Order: sequence, then C-alpha cells, then structure tokens
Amino acid sequence: MIHSRNLPFVTTLGIFVLAYILCVVQFPNMLSTRVIGNLLTDNAFLGIAAVGMTFVILSGGIDLSIGSVIAFTSVFVAVMVGSLGVHPLVAFAAVLVISTIFGSAMGAMIRYLGIPPFVVTLAGMFLARGAAYLISTESVPIAHPVIDAIQGFYFRVPGGGRLTALAMLMLLVFVVGAFVAARTRFGANIYAIGGNQQSAELMGVPIGPTTVGIYALSGFLSGLAGIAYTLYTSSGYSLATVGVELDAIAAVVIGGTLLTGGVGLVAGTFIGILIQGLIQTYIVFDGTLSSWWTKIVIGILLFVFIVLQRGIIWYSDRRLAESRLKEV
Amino acid sequence: MAESNPLLEARGIGKAFLGIAALEGVDFTLNSGEIHALLGENGAGKSTLIKILTGVYSRDRGSLHLDGAEVTPASVADAQKLGIGTVYQEVNLLENLTVAENLYLGRQPRRFGMIDKREMRRLSTALLSRYGLDIDVDALLSSYSVAIRQIIAIARAVDLSGKVLVLDEPTASLDSHEVETLFAVLRRLRDEGLGIIIITHFLNQVYAVADRVTVLRNGRLVGTRNLSELPRLELISMMLGRELQQITHEHQATEQTVATTQDAPIRFEGYGKRGSVAPFDLSVRPGEVVGIAGLLGSGRSETAFLMFGIDRADSGTAMVDGKPISLSSPESAIAQGFGFCPEERKTDGIIGDFSVADNIALALQARQGWAKPIPAREKLALAESFIKSLDIRPTDAEKPIKLLSGGNQQKAILARWLATGPRLLILDEPTRGIDIGAHAEILKMIERLCAEGMSLVVISSELEELTAVAHRVVVLSDRRHVAELTGSQVTTDNILQAIASREEAA
Repeated sequence: MIHSRNLPFVTTLGIFVLAYILCVVQFPNMLSTRVIGNLLTDNAFLGIAAVGMTFVILSGGIDLSIGSVIAFTSVFVAVMVGSLGVHPLVAFAAVLVISTIFGSAMGAMIRYLGIPPFVVTLAGMFLARGAAYLISTESVPIAHPVIDAIQGFYFRVPGGGRLTALAMLMLLVFVVGAFVAARTRFGANIYAIGGNQQSAELMGVPIGPTTVGIYALSGFLSGLAGIAYTLYTSSGYSLATVGVELDAIAAVVIGGTLLTGGVGLVAGTFIGILIQGLIQTYIVFDGTLSSWWTKIVIGILLFVFIVLQRGIIWYSDRRLAESRLKEV
Repeated sequence: MAESNPLLEARGIGKAFLGIAALEGVDFTLNSGEIHALLGENGAGKSTLIKILTGVYSRDRGSLHLDGAEVTPASVADAQKLGIGTVYQEVNLLENLTVAENLYLGRQPRRFGMIDKREMRRLSTALLSRYGLDIDVDALLSSYSVAIRQIIAIARAVDLSGKVLVLDEPTASLDSHEVETLFAVLRRLRDEGLGIIIITHFLNQVYAVADRVTVLRNGRLVGTRNLSELPRLELISMMLGRELQQITHEHQATEQTVATTQDAPIRFEGYGKRGSVAPFDLSVRPGEVVGIAGLLGSGRSETAFLMFGIDRADSGTAMVDGKPISLSSPESAIAQGFGFCPEERKTDGIIGDFSVADNIALALQARQGWAKPIPAREKLALAESFIKSLDIRPTDAEKPIKLLSGGNQQKAILARWLATGPRLLILDEPTRGIDIGAHAEILKMIERLCAEGMSLVVISSELEELTAVAHRVVVLSDRRHVAELTGSQVTTDNILQAIASREEAA
C-alpha cells in the first residue's frame, strides 16, 4: 500500500523514469554509464547541499545561506591551500568546523531568539557571501598533490563510465542522510517538529537541541558541498554558486518533500537531483537548446509539484472531514 | 476508593497573570484509583490549575505533593517523568507520523544505536491490544478517527507516566458510542490504580464516569464532593453560584412589557444552525434586557453568533420591523444597527496596540466605510466624550488599549458600539474578569441604556447578574432553548431548575 505521504515521492520517481525513457528513445547514448557517471559528478556538490536542505525543510524551516557558505568554503580552502600553503586536509577540517559552527549559531538564533528561519538564514547568506569577498574577490586557482589525487581517483564501471570520488561522496552523504532521517531519534524528532512543533514539544521532543542540530547539519553539509565544489572546479571564487540554495530547494520539493515540513524522504531529494541533471544532460545532447531551458523545466516541475502537494493535503483534509461527519 | 491514599495533593495553589489572580488558594486532592471531574465555567481557573499540575505554568503560591513528596514540574516533559501525563482535546499527537511512531516518539526501542522498527511495531501492537484496539500501527495517525486517536493518546500518556492521567475535554468531538468506549478504558485504568482527572462540561458524563468532583469558580475553590451524594441541582448551583440571592430583582415591575411578542421590532423565528443551536424563537423589544443563561457549551455564545451574523443560520428567519433581513455577516448585522461585545475580549474584542480612541472609533468607521476616514480630531473628541461619560480610566485616549484594565477595556468596547447608536446590543459575558467596581458600573450602564430605549441581549454565567438586569431570561441547555422566564419568574432558582430538568432528561 502506498501511504498518501509517500505519493509525491512515487510520483517523482515515475516522472523521472518516464523522462529518462523518453530521453533514451531520442538519444540511446544517454543510457550509458559514462553519462550517468558524469551526471553524478557534475551534481555532487548540489546533491550534498540538498541533503542538508532536506532536513531543514522537513523540520518546517528554510536555509538560504547554503550558496554563500559554499562560495565561502571554496575561497577559504583555495586561499589556505593555494596562497598560504596549508595542507588541504587541514583546510578541509578547519572549514567544516567553521561552517558547522555557523550553522549552529543560526539554529540557536532561530530557536532561542524566536526569529523566523527565513530572516536568520537570509542574514547568514549575506554574512557568508561578504566574508568570501573579504578573503578574495579574485578566482583563486588551487593545485596540490593531494587534491590532484582526489580528483584523479575513480572506479571504472562496465560500459566505460567513471564513478569519481565526488560522486561517491555524494552517494555516501545520501545513504547516511537517509539513515539518519529514518532510523535515528534525531531524525524522528525532525519529522515531529515539522509536523507540529507545539504538539512535538508537548510530547517531550527537545526542540532546542534538535533545531540547533538541524542547522548545524545543514551548515556542515554546505561546507562539505563547498569542498566538493572546490575539487570540481579546482579553484575558489567568491562570486560562484549564487542561488544554489534555490536549486537545492527545488530538488527537495521536486523530490516530494512538503515545504510546510513533516513529510518527505531523503531518497526523494536524490531523485530531484537526478531530474535536474537529466534535463541538463538532455540539453547538452540536443545541442540546439539554450541552457536556460533547464530553469524553465525546473520551474514547470516545481509548479506541478506544489499543486500536487496542495491537492494531496486538500484530499486528505476532505477525507478527514468526511470521517468526522460520519462520526456525527 | 479509599479516601486515605492521596496520590496528588495540591494545597493553597495561587497564580496571577499580570497582577490579576487566576487562581487563589485552591486545594485539590486526587486519590489513586479514582476518576475526579474538574468543573467550572470559562475563566473559573480549571485550565490554569491543570497547567500548573502538568508543568506548563509554575505556581506562585501553594504546595504540590505527588505520592507524599513535594514536586514542582518545570515542563511537560518533567511532569511526564514524575508520572503525570496529559491528553488534550485537539493538539495532541502528530498526524504526519504513523501510530507506532506517535506512541514511541522520543523513546523508540533501539538496536545498535538505530531505531528498531520491527520491535517498535510489536510493542505498539501489544500496547494497543490492551486497550482493545486492533489497528495497523504502520498507518498514518491521520487515517484514524478522533476517537481512536484519543485512545492512542491515552495509551501513550499512561505508558509514559503511569500515575496521574489528565484529560482535557476528551469527549468534545466524540459520539455517544465512542464516549462509552473511552469511559470503559478510563474505568479499567482507574481499577488498575491510576488517578484520573477529567475536565468536561457534559454533566451527564460527569455522573456517568466520575467518582468525585471539584468545582472552581472565579479562580476559587467552591468545593469537592462525592458524586454519589450530590444532586444535580446542587452541582449546577455550585458551578453558577447563588450566594448573592438577596439582590433584589429590580425589574419585576416591568411585567406589563410582557404583552405579546408579535409587536417586537426585532424577532428571530425558528432561527438555528445544525450542530450549533437548535432552532429557536427570540424577540427583543426596545427598552428590554433579554438574558441568556445556561452552562458552558449549552449554546449561549452560539446563539449570539447567529444573531450577529458571525455564523450563518440554516433555518428560520430574522425580522426587523416586520421585514425579513439577511444576517450573512457581522457587516450586515451592523448595517441593521446590531452591536456585539464578544466573550473573548482580548482576542476577539480589542486591538491591543491601537489607542483607546482608535478602538472606540472602529465600529463607526467600519459602518461608514473605510473610504471615508474619520478625521483624527473628531475621533479624539468622540473618544473623550465616552471616556467621560463611561468613566474610562486612565483618561488618556491616545494610550494603547492593552495597557488598560479589563473593566476599562470592556467599557471602551461598549463605547465602540454605543458610538454607532445601535438598536440591539448583544453582550457576551460583559463582566468576566472585571473587578467588582467596574462590574457594578457596567450593570448600571446596561440599565441606563435600556431605560433609553435600546434593546439588549446579555449572556452571562453569573445568575445573580442576569436576574438583576434582565426582564426576560432564555434558558439554554444542550444547545437548545429550553425555557423562557418572564418578570417575577426570573429567579436564580427557576433558572437552575430549568437547566437541571433538561440535563436530567438528556
């Protein structure tokens, strides 16, 4: 039986499979592991950030700082490694600590000062972007044996495809994220807060620590996404990844997570990322379409999904009202 | 139940909000193995007391003992740990989670650090089977009826706390069959030694399930009694109070107004709404005060909502000066010259951050239409004249109204309607939460308006107040108009009798 709460996910999966079949009918080459491997690598940083966004949205919040934190991270790492000669692994560790603390601070403000997430993370967005400019306004190239090694590392899959380190990192984040959401008390508490914070509080859910934890996790994953982005582009640039948070939100919503919180799956976000990647790949294969078609299709899909979610809520409300009426 | 084993003992509990006492010196004792009903009208202090017991509020004064040890629950979670579990009427569980997830939220069984879903399912099924529920615990909570959710909530609370179970209006949205199922569960829990506190306004249910009852009124304890030796009439009079019976009935001379109701300019015939109030006839003449009496939940406010167009009637007609009118919204009621002071003054009446002058001018402005704003100078003059005539204090018309006391806020709302020169003014609990002095002034004002020829409808749970000001009293019970008392019939005893006889019959 399909729970009505999983219906958006199933719909997304159906749309993805259908779209993929249509693509393959037109361009049989899109079935190759090479294409799939590239798709995963190209979207690795977005996927990692979207996992963090999934948790935030599941709790009923929003995190607008993601794109800026990614930019800050990439500039920070590039300057540390490229200009100051710090070992990349040290720079990675330092930046993950910074971004996690940044996220926790936003979570604490949301919970303890009672400021809406939208406002707090909007401030965070400006702050992180400003900090990135402060470090450098230039595009800083980065070269280091360790980074080269990570970039060059991959598994060859049958059919000529490459499963790169970045793709594997993203897949790992999705697996761990799905596990945290489904199988830990922290995950259960996030769903509870997203369902109804007041009820969750009355049922004894520790709202404060959980909220701080959610934004700390999103901050950490933004930092990790920033590292992935640095590895992907071999540089750090403070003007990069503007609006990535919006792509992440799009992936989460297309993946079937309710924007009001409480309902959704990490696996859905993965499908949301794949759909975005699929559209980009199709445009590359076609060769005549402008890349802006990606945005247009994403926009249409978002509308479809928001309408679908409304429809489901309306339907379940009506069913509830009917069952109440029967009782009376 | 033995009287000798107090489980939860509260002594001299006091709590004030912004200097206004909500509870004063209330004693409350719950024995293990009893179902204890907590009764009182709105604002009597029931929910304040419950919130103190369950850790939502902290008490200002008094002591609280659980199993003989002094306790001070600091939060709901804290109270749960101590053994006091609560089930609220609505906001309770999480509809977006499954039944099993709801039952074990925050205490999920774990294996190797991860939630063991199979074990959770097994425990949930076992737990619910003890309550006679055989349902799919993996289904979403939202797929089940309110009655089943209520039992799931009780199962969780008892499993979690295990000593005291507090139920706040648990039966409000259940049908009679579901209520019986719920009561069977409560009786079984009582026999297992649990102490159960139940808040409800259905007296039949109190008599059906509870062993003892504690009645609160105006934040004070009226008494705790065994239900087996408490006649219904006495219980009702405990709730509504009748100590002030010596107040003379000033309007017995107005018997002549009781001629025919046909000539009344404002009439409601067969007016009603399914699920809200059964169809009723009501007429109001100029210079007459019609009182509406009844227990909480009897349909008092609902009657007012219908008369003021807040709820739309689905039967009957409303007539003004012999012509049928349509009351589809408060706006249309205001156009007919009706005014309404709601019961919830803070949320439905005042706009806290607006000045006194703005609040007073609100209804007049609404009637004029927003396109024609009242000039600031006129507004101020209007406000000042009412501040003077109604003796509103402080006299500063520019002050935000939220800084005024309850009585003065109420006067300002009265002024709001008086400014529109209404022909019918409906007052829902006009004296609730108001100090004694302002209380008397508002009653005097009602009389004056009436003498000036205005028609008034006054809803009140203070029977002395009603008998003091009303020429006629309509008695409601169980969402029905059950009696209409006129002239010398208007006494607290007659009102109580009318309510009780209906309650008895139900």
